[in-house]
Amino acid sequence: MQATSRAFKENAGAALNDPRLQRALGNLRTGFQERRRAAVAGLPEFERLRDEGRAIKDHTLANLDWYLERWEANVRAAGGHVHWCRTAAEARDAILGICRAVGARSMTKGKSMIAEEIALNGFLAEHGIEPVETDLGEYIIQLRDEPPSHIIAPAIHLTRDDVEATFREHHDELPAGRPLAEPRQLTDEARAMLRRKFLAADVGLTGANFLVAETGSSIIVTNEGNGDLTQTLPKVHIVLASLEKVVPTLEDAATILRLLARSATGQEFSSYTTISTGPRRPEDLDGPEQYHVVLLDNGRSAMLGTEFQDMLRCIRCSACLNHCPVYSAVGGHAYGWVYPGPMGAVLTPGLIGVEEAGHLPNASTFCGRCESVCPMKIPLPKMMRHWRERQVERGLAPAVARWGIGLWAFLAARPALYGLAARLGAGLLGRLGRRRGRFGSLPLAGGWTDVRDLPAPEGGTFRDRWAARRRQGGR
Amino acid sequence: MSDPRAQILGSLRRALGREAPAADIAAGLERRLAEHPANLVPRRTDLPGAALIDLFVRMAEAVSTTVDRVPDAAAVPASVAEYLARHNLPTEIVMAPDPALDAIPWDSRPLLAITRGRAQGDDAASLTGAFAGIAETGTLMLLSGPGHPTTLNFLPDTHVVVLRASQVVGPYEEAWRRLRARADGGMPRTVNLVTGPSRTGDIELKIQLGAHGPRRLHIVLIDDAPRP
Ligand code: SF4
Repeated sequence: MQATSRAFKENAGAALNDPRLQRALGNLRTGFQERRRAAVAGLPEFERLRDEGRAIKDHTLANLDWYLERWEANVRAAGGHVHWCRTAAEARDAILGICRAVGARSMTKGKSMIAEEIALNGFLAEHGIEPVETDLGEYIIQLRDEPPSHIIAPAIHLTRDDVEATFREHHDELPAGRPLAEPRQLTDEARAMLRRKFLAADVGLTGANFLVAETGSSIIVTNEGNGDLTQTLPKVHIVLASLEKVVPTLEDAATILRLLARSATGQEFSSYTTISTGPRRPEDLDGPEQYHVVLLDNGRSAMLGTEFQDMLRCIRCSACLNHCPVYSAVGGHAYGWVYPGPMGAVLTPGLIGVEEAGHLPNASTFCGRCESVCPMKIPLPKMMRHWRERQVERGLAPAVARWGIGLWAFLAARPALYGLAARLGAGLLGRLGRRRGRFGSLPLAGGWTDVRDLPAPEGGTFRDRWAARRRQGGR
Repeated sequence: MSDPRAQILGSLRRALGREAPAADIAAGLERRLAEHPANLVPRRTDLPGAALIDLFVRMAEAVSTTVDRVPDAAAVPASVAEYLARHNLPTEIVMAPDPALDAIPWDSRPLLAITRGRAQGDDAASLTGAFAGIAETGTLMLLSGPGHPTTLNFLPDTHVVVLRASQVVGPYEEAWRRLRARADGGMPRTVNLVTGPSRTGDIELKIQLGAHGPRRLHIVLIDDAPRP
């Protein structure tokens, strides 16, 4: 996917002025936040499970090479194949090679963010293989030729009306006057259209929520059952997974599974959790004849051992998006690449570079809700600050910000001068704004005053008032 | 060095600031895999036998699974036939070639047209056994194998599962224990943990049942002696 993260400000501006998008985003609160709250309240151990989940991932990351080798050996022992890929290009080539070896013409796909990350669909189409998205949301946006706007609800930026219009346009072999007003009718129509594709596909590709070292298994979690039809019906099952997905044992997977659905959709457990180990056995009546895992690095090993390592604990639950005031206001497309919201603001600069994605770690109010709901306790705001630091170090921050921060740093290191400057500034602003008590516009502060007023300071500076209070014996 | 595998492992080791883990560390990791210790297990399932079965039923019903409790295997055919009739479904059903299901006296309901095998794209209803029921979340644990083709779990619109109360366990960890203790050992191709019928929230986050898998999931629960 071509990144447009550089245009975050313009993208966000357009999103805020799109009433249709704003209506669609209004579903986040009841659809995600309230359901999550109820599910968490229903499991008294939830907080302690968060600590355990974090510990499991930290332990695995500290021994990642060992667990990956052990997992690989167990995949092989079960008759599967592992393809190690450093980059998106290597992963695309590995997938194409597997498809070509069986003369594949079409591929059904379960939802996979990694497939978005490596821009698989366009590549397959170029090489004569039809990719068919089977998750309902992914199917809708594939018809519309749009990227997903959310990591688990890819079509959340659309309303029911949009989906109806899309189906009427693309399913033109169906009667024009058919009723499609109800979500039920839309779901049924997609089910019927996709059923044929499922039965005809040569290869099925799914993502993975976990890789289990102990058994050499991959685990996917879905609600629709599309991931299961995708991996059961074709001759070949390809799992596309990034290397931080590995956990040691089934017990460890169980602990994190208890966190995943509750944090994501507010379910106790998703409808389908599927543990897959190798291809069909000789006596089986169905299932794929080949099982491949395309294991992708694509910048993740470079995050290990750095201040961004904690991000490798992420289980892609989307809780941080669903509770983020910025995401809720602008939606996922504004972020301009595969991963939106707080997790995207941290991950995207790591994967495509802070030069491309430097706006994203700045698209935050630092309210901290993301970290407070993250089941893996990932310190997202802290890591956004790390990216800002790197931006400043590399001279990537905008000139005004650099100049302002430089001035502040100069003053902050000289307390007497700082006090004088603050007193002068507060006094000046206080006098200028005395009449209205606020400013509607200020030079250099248009980013703030264009959309809201800045209150004028009343009285002295904080330091002066603090000192006065101390003198009066206050604390 | 152009071998991606060696390069990736090499960069992981550089990031971790060491070569492959030292012998004593590796031995600890081996032990962790071999002993697969349980982490914190929620107390929700700390219940005596009968109450555990009730929890399983309650959790299953909460996710739109329907459950019919019957006293013994002899009552299963009538329960299945009535379920199909109640939903105006045809009496044809494709059944898993599972010896445990063959032991049920299907002849008592001659109108049930049973075929055995995997499911095809147009089968309306399937009938399978289950390896376990997990009370923690009302989840069925289905193992693929010659006696349980996976297509039966996903292609038909209606999936009927015959489960015995003695197969109901508490948490996932207890299900893993039973899985590892199977006579043939090893993992089957798939372990399907199924919690309710297929669903989607992809249109305005409104839940619809029957996205791609079954619209209906029905359990006939034989009330044999629950585990203590
Ligand atoms: S960062 Fe945390 S909350 Fe966000 S998707 Fe990842 S695990 Fe979920």
